[in-house]
Amino acid sequence: MLAACGVEDISDFFAIIPEKKRFPTLDLPEPLSEMEVLRELKELAESNADAEHHPCFLGAGAYHHYVPALVNHMLLRGEFLTAYTPYQPEVSQGTLQTMFEYQSMICALTGMEVANASHYDGATSAAEAVIMALKHFRGHRTKIVLSPTLHPQYSQVIYTYTQGMGIKTLAVNEPPDELDNLNTHIDEQTALVIMQYPNFLGELEDIENVAKASHDNGALLCVVTNPIAMGMLKPPGEYGADIVVGEGQPLGIPMSYGGPYLGFFATRQKLVRQMSGRLVGETLDVNGKPSYALTLTPREQHIRRDKATSNICTNQGLMATAAAIYLSVLGKQGLREVAELCFHKAHYASDCIDTLPGYSVRRERPFFLEFVLRCPAPVSEINAILFDDYGIIGGYDLGQDHDDLKNHMLLAVTEMNTRDDIDALVEALGAIK
Amino acid sequence: MISPNKREEPLVYELSRPGRRGIQFPDPDVPRTKLPSSLLREDLNLPEITQLDAVRHFQRLSQLNHSIDSGFYPLGSCTMKYNPRVNEDAARIPGFLYTHPLQDTNTVQGSLALMHELQEWLKEIGGFAGVSLQPAAGAHGELSGILMIRAYHLARGDKGRRKILIPDSAHGTNPASTTMSGLELIELPSDKRGNVDVKVLRSACSENVAGLMITNPNTLGLFEEHIEEVVDIVHDCGGLIYGDGANMNALTGIVRPGDLGFDVMHYNLHKTFSTPHGGGGPGSGPVGVSERLMDFLPDPLVTIIEDSDEDEPPLYGFKTPPKTIGRMKAFNGQFGTLVRAYAYIRAHGGDGLRGNAEHAVLNANYLLSKVRDAYHLPFERTCLHEFVIEGRWRDVPNVHALDISKRLMDYGFHPPTNYFPLIVKEALMIEPTETESRETLDAFADALLEIAAAAHNNPDELRTAPQTTPVGRIDEVRAARNLVLCCHTQYPSNPDPSADPES
Repeated sequence: MLAACGVEDISDFFAIIPEKKRFPTLDLPEPLSEMEVLRELKELAESNADAEHHPCFLGAGAYHHYVPALVNHMLLRGEFLTAYTPYQPEVSQGTLQTMFEYQSMICALTGMEVANASHYDGATSAAEAVIMALKHFRGHRTKIVLSPTLHPQYSQVIYTYTQGMGIKTLAVNEPPDELDNLNTHIDEQTALVIMQYPNFLGELEDIENVAKASHDNGALLCVVTNPIAMGMLKPPGEYGADIVVGEGQPLGIPMSYGGPYLGFFATRQKLVRQMSGRLVGETLDVNGKPSYALTLTPREQHIRRDKATSNICTNQGLMATAAAIYLSVLGKQGLREVAELCFHKAHYASDCIDTLPGYSVRRERPFFLEFVLRCPAPVSEINAILFDDYGIIGGYDLGQDHDDLKNHMLLAVTEMNTRDDIDALVEALGAIK
Repeated sequence: MISPNKREEPLVYELSRPGRRGIQFPDPDVPRTKLPSSLLREDLNLPEITQLDAVRHFQRLSQLNHSIDSGFYPLGSCTMKYNPRVNEDAARIPGFLYTHPLQDTNTVQGSLALMHELQEWLKEIGGFAGVSLQPAAGAHGELSGILMIRAYHLARGDKGRRKILIPDSAHGTNPASTTMSGLELIELPSDKRGNVDVKVLRSACSENVAGLMITNPNTLGLFEEHIEEVVDIVHDCGGLIYGDGANMNALTGIVRPGDLGFDVMHYNLHKTFSTPHGGGGPGSGPVGVSERLMDFLPDPLVTIIEDSDEDEPPLYGFKTPPKTIGRMKAFNGQFGTLVRAYAYIRAHGGDGLRGNAEHAVLNANYLLSKVRDAYHLPFERTCLHEFVIEGRWRDVPNVHALDISKRLMDYGFHPPTNYFPLIVKEALMIEPTETESRETLDAFADALLEIAAAAHNNPDELRTAPQTTPVGRIDEVRAARNLVLCCHTQYPSNPDPSADPES
C-alpha cells in the first residue's frame, strides 16, 4: 500500500507538518484490552449511587421513568446506531421515516402542526425558540420575557446563546406566589414569552392567561412542557401556544447523568420556515412511491452560510428514534397510564408528607408529578440524612435558585417509585426534624 | 411487484388499530386522586399497536438504512469509522445509565472521575490548557468557541473586534456560528494549492479582527502548508485562532493543534473517538482552549476539590470558570457519549491513537492512488485522512457527482460527501478511515473506476441509478414544495370507520 502511494514509510505522509511539533509523545495511560476497559469502567460506575439501587425523588428536568425493553434493543440495531445524517435518502429511509413518525407524534403530544427532528436538549430547544422569534420579527422586536418559573438552567442557556445578539432578555424575578405579574412585563417590544407547563415547581399555571397577554401585545408564546404530562393534560397547542418545546428525555431515554437527551420543538405551520433544525418531509421517488427526505435545507448553513441564523447541523437522531419507539409501544393508552400513575403516586406522597409536623406542601395550584415541600431544616442537610441513613436520593434544593424558597425541596415521583419507596421517604422525613 | 404508490414499510399510524397496545403497566399501588378534569385532554393521537408490531416495524425500517455496520461509508468529514460495541455496553452500566444529573456530587464520584480523566486526556491529545465537556455537538462547540473569543476581547475592553475570518473551504457551520455569536464574517479565498491565501489573510488582518476559524487539515484533506505563519499573522494583529476539530482523526498523535498556536478547538467525539453517529446524533463537541481562554470556558468544569491521599481517591466536584460564557445546555454534557469516548481512548493509548491517524491517512492516499487517473484531482498533493475529487468529465457534461453517488449505492457503498467543499465543482469528498481493510478499499476503487467508464460508455446507467435500493431516486424538490411534515391529516386520531378500508 505504501508503494502504491509512492512513500517508503508511513511517517512520510506527514512531512508537511512542522518538524519540531511532529509526533509528540502523548502522556496517556497504556492501552487496555476490551475486558480490562470494561472492568475499569464498571468499577467507576459502581462507585456511583444510581436510581436502580436507591429510591430517587429527584426531578427538576430529568426523570427516572420505565423504558420498555424493546427500546434499547431496537436502538442497538447497527442500522440505526451507525448511520449518519440521512443526506442520501435512497439509503436512509429507515432513519427518515422514523424521524417523520417522530415529528408526527410530537405534533400529537403538543397539539401543534409541525415539529422538527429534534435539538440537543430541552434547554437548547428553548434557546432556538428565542432565535426563531427574533427571526420572525426581523429585528423589530428584541425583548424576550422569561417566566420566573422557567427551569433556571434553561434561562442560563438562553442567556448564553443570545449574549451577542443585542437583545433584551428579561428573566422576570417575581416570587412564585405572584406569577400573574408576568403579564405586566409583556409589551409591544416583546418578541417572545417563555413559560413552563408544568412549571419548574411542578405546578400547572394558566397558559390561556399568558397566551392572551402575549397575543394582545403581538408577541409569540413558547411553552416548555413535560411530554409525559401530555399523556393526560390538554396540550399547550390547545391553549394558543405558538411554540411548544421541552425535554424529551422522559420518552424512553435513561437519565444517564445528564445526556444525551432530546430537545423536542413544535410550532404552527405558518412559522415553519423560521424553525431551525433538521426537518423530514414526505415526497415520492421516481416511481411514485411515497418516501422521505430532509427538506427545507436552504434554511440551513450548508447553503446560506453567512445568512443562516442557526448553526444546527445534527439533531439527536438516536434519541428521537428512542422517543418514536417509546411512543409507538406505549401508544395512546400507555402514555395516559404512565401519566396517571405519576399523578396518583405524587399526590399520595404529597398527602402523606403534608401531615408530618414541620413540613408543608405548597398547594397554590394543581400539580402533575412534582411538588414543593417546605422543610424544617436546610434541604442539603435533609438530603444528606436521607441518603446516608436511608439510602434515598432526595429532592432538589430550590433555595439555590430562589431566595424566597430557602428550605424548600422540589420532590418528583414517577411510576418507578413504589408505595414502599414513598412510605419509606415519608417515614424518613418524619424522623428528621 | 410492489405497487408504486405503496410505502416500502407502512407508517406506524397505518398499523394502528383501536384498542391494541404494546405494553401493560401495573395498577396504581396507592389510592387514586381525583384528576383535574378541566385540565385533561380529550384525545391523544398516538398509534395503537402490539409490541410485535412495533418490533417488526422498527426492525424493517432499520433495514432500509445503510450504516457502517452494513457496509463501507466513506462520507467525507464525518469519519465513519467502526464504533466498538464494548463502548455501548460501557455506557449502559447501571451506575452510569441511572444516575440523575443533579445528584449530590458525593454520590456520583465515578461519573465525575471519568469526566475529569477525559478532560485531562483531551487536553493532552490537543495540547490545550483546559477542556470543557459541555458542548453537545461540533457546531455547538464552535458556538462556544466563538462566544469565548468574543468574551475574551470584550473583557479586555477591546470592543472593536467584531470580525471573524473564515476560509472559503470551511464547513458551513463556521459562518453560521459566527453569525449566531453576533459577529461578522470575512471570507478568505484559498490559494492554488488549497491553502489559506497568506497574502489575502495579511491584508484582511486589522484591529477589527476577533479571530480566524480554520479547519486543519482543511476540508480538501490538505494540511495548511503555512500554518505557523497563518497563526502568527492572526496573533500579531491581536486575533485568536479557532480550530475546527472535525478533521482531528488525521492528527491524533501526529501534531497537537495547541502546539501550533490554536487558542480554541472543538473535538468531535462522534468522529475521532468512535462514538456512534446514531442517524444524525447525538454528537459531542468538547472544547479545548489555550491559557488565555481558560476563564471563559462553558460552565461547568469538573475539578478536583480535595486531592487524593494514600487511602482515599480524590474528591471531584464542579466549578464555574470565573468569566464563563455560561451554560451551553442543561446538565453535564452528553455524558453517555463521554463514556464511549473514554473507553475508546483507554483502549488505544497514545501510540494507538497515532497509529489510527497514520492508517487513516494511508487508507486515504492508497484509495486516491487507485482512482486519480480516472477522476480529476483539483489539488495535486499528498492528502491526509480524506481527499476531494471532481465528479465530472468535460466530455460527458450530463453526468454529475450526484449520479456517481447514486450509482455507488448499487455497488453497496454509501456515497461520499457531495457538493462540498463549495470551492470544488461537483465535489466528491472521500474519507475511508483507518478501520477499513485493503480489500474494501480495492472494491470501492474498482466501483469508482467502473462508474467512470460507464459515465462515458453508458451514462444512463448512472443517471437512472440507484436501481437496487429500497426506493428509487427521490424527488427532493417535491418534499420542499409540497411540505408534509406530519401525517395527521392522512391519519387522524378518530377516523371515520366507514373510511377504513378493512372494516
